[in-house]
Amino acid sequence: MNNLLEVRGVSKRFGGLVAVSDVSFKIAEGEILGLIGPNGAGKTTLFNVVNGVYKADKGSITFAGKDITRCSPDKVVHFGLARTHQIVKPLNDLTVLENVTVGACFGREYLDMSAARKVASEVLQRVGLGDRADMMARSLTIAGKKRLEVARALAAKPKLLLLDEVLAGLNPTEIATMIELVRKIRDSGIAVLMIEHLMQAIMSLSDRIVVLNLGCKLAEGRPDEVVHNPAVVECYLGFPDAVHKLTLASKLTWRK
Amino acid sequence: MSGVLASMIDGVLVGAVYGLAAMGLSLIWGVMDVINLTHGAMIALGMFCMYLLFTASHINAYLLLLPTIGFGLVIGLVVYWMAVHWVVGRSMLMSLLSTFAVNMMVIGIGTAVWSTSPYNVNFLLPGITIGAYTFTGNHIAAAISAVVIALALQFFLYRTRTGKAIRAVADNRDAAELMGISSTAVLSIAFAIGIALACTSGALVSTLFPFTILSGAVYQLKSFVVTILAGLGKPFGALVAGVLLGLLEGMVTPFIAVSWIPLIEFGLFVVVLVAFPQGIFGKRATT
Amino acid sequence: MILRRPFFWIILLVAAGFTYAPLHGNNVSLREDLILIAIAIILASNLNLMIGYTGYVNFGHIVFYGLGGYIGLYLTTVRGLNLVLSALVAGAAVSLCAFLFGLAILRLRGAYFALATIGILQAVQAFVSNFDPWGRSTGMYLSFESYRPLGGAKHALWITYFLVVAVMALSMTVSLAIKNSKFGLGLFAIREDEDAAVVLGVNVTMYKAIIYSVSAFLPAVAGTLMFFKNGMIDPSVAFEYMLSLEGIVMLMLGGQGSVIGAALGGTLYEKLRSYLLTSPVLSNFHLVIAGGLLLLVVLFAPGGLIGWLYRLVPRARKVIE
Repeated sequence: MNNLLEVRGVSKRFGGLVAVSDVSFKIAEGEILGLIGPNGAGKTTLFNVVNGVYKADKGSITFAGKDITRCSPDKVVHFGLARTHQIVKPLNDLTVLENVTVGACFGREYLDMSAARKVASEVLQRVGLGDRADMMARSLTIAGKKRLEVARALAAKPKLLLLDEVLAGLNPTEIATMIELVRKIRDSGIAVLMIEHLMQAIMSLSDRIVVLNLGCKLAEGRPDEVVHNPAVVECYLGFPDAVHKLTLASKLTWRK
Repeated sequence: MSGVLASMIDGVLVGAVYGLAAMGLSLIWGVMDVINLTHGAMIALGMFCMYLLFTASHINAYLLLLPTIGFGLVIGLVVYWMAVHWVVGRSMLMSLLSTFAVNMMVIGIGTAVWSTSPYNVNFLLPGITIGAYTFTGNHIAAAISAVVIALALQFFLYRTRTGKAIRAVADNRDAAELMGISSTAVLSIAFAIGIALACTSGALVSTLFPFTILSGAVYQLKSFVVTILAGLGKPFGALVAGVLLGLLEGMVTPFIAVSWIPLIEFGLFVVVLVAFPQGIFGKRATT
Repeated sequence: MILRRPFFWIILLVAAGFTYAPLHGNNVSLREDLILIAIAIILASNLNLMIGYTGYVNFGHIVFYGLGGYIGLYLTTVRGLNLVLSALVAGAAVSLCAFLFGLAILRLRGAYFALATIGILQAVQAFVSNFDPWGRSTGMYLSFESYRPLGGAKHALWITYFLVVAVMALSMTVSLAIKNSKFGLGLFAIREDEDAAVVLGVNVTMYKAIIYSVSAFLPAVAGTLMFFKNGMIDPSVAFEYMLSLEGIVMLMLGGQGSVIGAALGGTLYEKLRSYLLTSPVLSNFHLVIAGGLLLLVVLFAPGGLIGWLYRLVPRARKVIE
């Protein structure tokens, strides 16, 4: 399998604070890579660097063979890398359909209005927002807004989707639905890099996991490996019992 | 002493007044993220307030600054409850437009009452003569007044409870409310103080130059330039930046026609905004 | 494709009305009333592209009109160019300047941008007041000679009127076309959340500069036409800050973001204005009333009259744009 995304030695600092320090990892096509770590570990910053919102101080990022280290976010989307935000950013005074149409118009395929609207409708059906297409984005529930974020990113026809805590703030039913959606996205051929705090979810979804702590990569590997890593346990997972429970969870739903 | 140096010293003195005006703008901007487009009109009101008080009483104009400050506080509260309270927290466009609307109304009333003929406050202090150059007493007294008021504000913000509450709300409104600070009370007081500073600086200007109801606009532009130079959050920085602007003007006026000054200030404004996003002293609120 | 929007035909109808109403019975005073309304609509519609569509408040919008007037008048008077060509060249020149300036000042967000536009207005006014070839603070005057190619002064006034009506129809059509286009959708995204727009792939820098320069073109053309008609121009009438402000009041009153809002606001405000200016009591309070109106709209009806209509009749959104 080809490596879709290669992050090499990326560092980012803000004044005196080193947010990300010498982080490297790769994502293959069709893979789900989970990114976990305590709060403040630098996960969202890393997303922002990959996506072009911040410029890396050191290191390089290659996507589908192209060097995107110095690219602005709008160019990165055109190459096929889309993202969602931890705190959702709906375009409030536009309808749900218009929101997703923006994604389709300015995404990788750069479609014209009528083609984009068709793609948008289809994506809305896929994520389950089809019945709310003409609602104003501001009137959606938080779960709806999260799905809208994902729909907008999907409409850009990405090859890699960056999901930033897409499960945060959802109730158990909504979480189950979203997990299914992420699986379907991967099954349709889109690779996923997801930040998540919900350990059960990320363990069952991810093919591999990268653990960040204080800006550095602490561990990388398959979920069941990472979960047993003592450094990871100490900094993030906490008590040993969690390890046992999570191992069970990862074994139950693990698929190669 | 060369003419340019004298002009520069004069500029520094007037600059202190620019700084005072800018402090008012910066305070409001920093505390409630509202860009007060009534600023120029309030400066003009301060000019007329001093004029009216002085013509009625003929007391030393600098003593009349005290009632002027009071006037400014009252007007500030009125404007706050009329236009500002309802738009704090809404989009920047709305607060721009609402303060702007008040500005139009004040200028409109002012023009109707006082027309656009120039007015004067004829209170002159004896000057200081060094060599061939005389520095008018009014310029010196204005600078001293500006600095004194700025120091008083500094004291208020850092040594009194209300001042600390204002700084808390400026820092993080929600957190301040969680700690029991009534943000509405604080915002209204902060706004009133901002307006009072504008009025006072106008009152000082009235002792220096002839003025009309439209004169405030020139000082509004200067206040924006100074605020951008200084960044937000450090009122004293505004005073220093105001002095710098006055100095710059002093250096330039012997050589260039007065009508080019706004152009230069505008150019400075844009250059500083683009080149120094954080201001030179403080932080700029994210818009 | 724009032909399929029902509102386009409404625009044409309005333009036809403007054209034929004063022709009927050679009604010169009606024509003079209507030309002011047409100018108001032109200014408000183009301002709408910045404020309503993109969310960037342009306080110095009138600078395009005034500068267009200066360039156009200079071309016709001094260079002897014909009116239409002068107007188009003025429009292109002002547009180009706006594009270049826009690339610089549009990096500034929200309020900083608004302040910068005031600065641009004042800076241009200061510059023109000191610019010799354009008459400095006295300005320029048109000799009656200039009306000859158009068949004399009376004829010229009618021709200018029709041209202005055409520019008005064009302004509204451009607004309508952009609103329904991909470009317009990108602008709306910028208005709603600029950071999200970038991440969604909108080339924000380019889009903002383009719309800024587009919003300059037709007002500049209109400026040439109007100042040609008036026969003179000087810095105080060309760059009247008050007109900029009134443009904003018109737009907010009618309803920013919609094509008809700009037109409605322009018409209503212009009527109000001419009433105020002729009333002996109220003429002094013109500015106060305008300000008061703006304040009321901002506090109680930020969507303007059309916003209120859309809330009453949501279906109207599709037809009355």
